Amino acid sequence: MSGKGDNPDGKKALQMQTSRRGLLRGFSALPVAAVAGGGIAAAPAAAQEDTPYTPVFFSADEITFLTAAVDRLIPSDDVGPGAVELGVVEFLDRHMQTSYAQGGIWYMMGPFQDDVEPEFGYQGRLNIRDMLRAGIKDTDDWCVSNHGQKFADLSHEDQEAVLTGLEKREITLENVPVRYFWQHLRDETRYGYFADPIHGGNKNMGSWKMIGYPGMRADYTDWVEKRDTPYPFGPVDLMGKRG
Amino acid sequence: MAIDKEEVDAVIVGMGWTGAILAKELTEAGLRVVGLERGPDRDTQPAFSYPRVVDELEGSVHRRYLQSLSQETVTIRHGIRDTAHPYRQMGSFKPGTGVGGAGEHWSGCNFRPLPEDLKLKTMLVERFGQNFIPEDMTIQDFPVTYDELEPFFDKFEYVGGISGKAGNIKGVLQEGGNPFEGPRSRDYALPPQKEFLGSEMFRKAATELGWNPYPIPSANLSGPYVNPYGCQMGPCNFCGFCSDYGCLNYSKSTPNACIMPALRQEQLFELRANAHVLKVNLDSTGKKAVGVTYMDAQGREVNQPAGMVILCAFSLYNVHLMLLSGIGQPYDPETGEGVVGKNYAYQNLNRLTMFFDKDVQANGFIGTGGSGHTMDDFNGKQLDASESGFVGGGIVWARQPGAGPVRGISVPSGTPGWGTAWKQAVTDNFRHQYYFEVQGACMSYRDAYLDLDPTYKDGFGRPLLRMTFNWHDNEIKASQYFVDRGKQLVDVLNPLSFTGDAKTPGTKYNTTQYQSTHAVGGAIMGDNPKDSAINRYLQTWDVPNVFAVGANAFPQNNGYNPTGLLGGLAYWAANNIREIYLKNPGQPMVDA
Ligand SMILES: Cc1cc2nc3c(=O)[nH]c(=O)nc-3n(C[C@H](O)[C@H](O)[C@H](O)COP(=O)(O)OP(=O)(O)OC[C@H]3O[C@@H](n4cnc5c(N)ncnc54)[C@H](O)[C@@H]3O)c2cc1C
Ligand code: SF4
Repeated sequence: MSGKGDNPDGKKALQMQTSRRGLLRGFSALPVAAVAGGGIAAAPAAAQEDTPYTPVFFSADEITFLTAAVDRLIPSDDVGPGAVELGVVEFLDRHMQTSYAQGGIWYMMGPFQDDVEPEFGYQGRLNIRDMLRAGIKDTDDWCVSNHGQKFADLSHEDQEAVLTGLEKREITLENVPVRYFWQHLRDETRYGYFADPIHGGNKNMGSWKMIGYPGMRADYTDWVEKRDTPYPFGPVDLMGKRG
Repeated sequence: MAIDKEEVDAVIVGMGWTGAILAKELTEAGLRVVGLERGPDRDTQPAFSYPRVVDELEGSVHRRYLQSLSQETVTIRHGIRDTAHPYRQMGSFKPGTGVGGAGEHWSGCNFRPLPEDLKLKTMLVERFGQNFIPEDMTIQDFPVTYDELEPFFDKFEYVGGISGKAGNIKGVLQEGGNPFEGPRSRDYALPPQKEFLGSEMFRKAATELGWNPYPIPSANLSGPYVNPYGCQMGPCNFCGFCSDYGCLNYSKSTPNACIMPALRQEQLFELRANAHVLKVNLDSTGKKAVGVTYMDAQGREVNQPAGMVILCAFSLYNVHLMLLSGIGQPYDPETGEGVVGKNYAYQNLNRLTMFFDKDVQANGFIGTGGSGHTMDDFNGKQLDASESGFVGGGIVWARQPGAGPVRGISVPSGTPGWGTAWKQAVTDNFRHQYYFEVQGACMSYRDAYLDLDPTYKDGFGRPLLRMTFNWHDNEIKASQYFVDRGKQLVDVLNPLSFTGDAKTPGTKYNTTQYQSTHAVGGAIMGDNPKDSAINRYLQTWDVPNVFAVGANAFPQNNGYNPTGLLGGLAYWAANNIREIYLKNPGQPMVDA
């Protein structure tokens, strides 16, 4: 085949192959600073696993709600670890401090409308963190009106019925469209469960081990054409830790 | 007080694929060129260096490589009487920002069109008669032929190092390639990429059904390569972080890897990042551009005078800048008059996901953006529109750009969205599923267009671009037809279960779900100023020293992804600017 890999203009190659990565084995030795430098949207990197986390964004009441809610959304069971044990609540509190959760990449100018066809997405004025906050309060208020207790104090069964009511939009919330509160509550919980531990959740890569995700290896040249053997390697994270 | 800069020969708005191409070509021709890019400067190192580039939360949730909508977005409505709503959160399409544009975080299926795609209207009328085309369908021929563009498709493919298998070299059919493609002057720069399981299964099933599968021409390189500019690239390692991410490996054909390293060394070129162009400035006659005004990173207005202005801001934003600057007459859907904003079109996409037993090692985390297999058995003239009942072909393909759990794990239908049952399903299915997509053409219609929104403003106080678009019967029928073809493949492969449905009558355009960033039309090319905004050289009819380069030029969308065609058009425009325009600067290259 003509032209393959040749250099018709005879110019000097401008990029060196050495700057390619591809050397997975070497990366666990990377200095921590090289990985911790986040973009504008990054939350403070998660601390050592054994240091207890003190919430900064959510109030104690909100943390109580979230702990109960994410424990129902992703419970600890025979399948694998639950959201609470993987630190999803810590993740949520950290994530709400990012510019993303503050609407940093959304168009946030008015006029706003609360009630439009879902094909156009959320058109109200709340960002994700305010939506979660409002939805938590509204849900707790709904539980008090209908069950005489806040969400966290209900039985697991009743909690699940409330979550189903939110999911099916059978419960109406006071200050936030239930569709979007539910969507963000569920999505943020999944993010915390599955995102790299650097963001505060997914402790010890517990969810990745459960589903068999190799994490941040990002080099599968040798495995593309393998058909009969399950992928054998466990996960690695952004800090170079192996799970 | 605005800052005034010294005049240059050409100013280019946007540094994605088209901007980088035009800048390189024009500096080579000896012009002094300034490239203005609204986003940050980005180079493979350090912007995409491992490991931080593969952070799924930042890449896929914070969308750190995509355009932020906080300063600028569009508004969208379904019909011309509706009120449009801002595209507040990124969903259906994902424009880029920063040096490289969307060309940095694209997937890399790099198709050139079929010869008949460029003569769609003529072909349909010849085969089925004038009355075959619905009255509200405003499709047109491209005013340029496949043969004229062939050398420029070839150039784009060799700059990118595209990996594929030719099906037709100078009229001679080639085993293993696409038998329906137009003749090429030579094979691809590199052979096809390795195959993941889903691609292999697609190839086998399609062959069994008597179809003609061929490797998707891919911008994810199958081997080491040095392009004509001397830029060096390495083989893709299937990292799984391709679409939405920059390439950590110099393996994806992007402006950043294939053009910028050479362009940055051109003495005649100056790059200014964080320079958001607000307007093209015209002289008192309104027939000549004198430069552009942009906002710099400090929030200062800067005037950049220039002999010519080349809009390379992505299809939608090219149209936006034309409307804001008074270049060409805005389109009116009531009268059908005016040309700027006319014929906005999109792409018709549906997905079929197959779930298998644990012994099927699909490993979706092993991913490469644009490689896989597809077929043209129902595309272009292979589609008999009188039999299918709709216009515009399409393709079915196997692609696996990389699946990570933050991006979402598909589960069989009926699975609850949370709790133990959901956990069990994601665990059982994560490594044992693959998908095929059907991608169809999208025709242009009288009521699908772009104009300025009467209500919403951007961060600079300018009216937002308003998009009026919805699915028409033709595209809904097409979606059903292609999903049906996809299901035939599924039947052959016999998964445990599959999900995926076609659009049904009444399905509305959903702006919240990603479909594709194949937003085309709005400032279309044609052979007269009555029905097009730009001529066959992408020169605006009304202001001859302004060009609008991008998929805005397409009168409608064909079955393929747009970039191979728009890359070819960019080289075609650049070549003709060099050979024709520069001999008579400021003059129309085609008589109106
Ligand atoms: C996730 C994804 C996957 C894709 N996959 C494929 C694929 O597989 N195959 C395919 O063919 N296509 C694909 N595409 C589409 C492809 O990326 C585009 O067709 C292509 O990049 C368009 O090139 P362009 O030069 O017109 O615009 P871009 O590459 O987007 O460049 C435009 C540049 O202009 C800048 N700009 C905009 N407005 C201004 C302004 N006012 N002032 C200054 N600068 C401005 C932008 O910041 C941007 O950098 C994909 C796109 C996405 C997002
Ligand atoms: S999949 Fe390949 S081309 Fe895409 S980003 Fe990864 S290494 Fe680059």
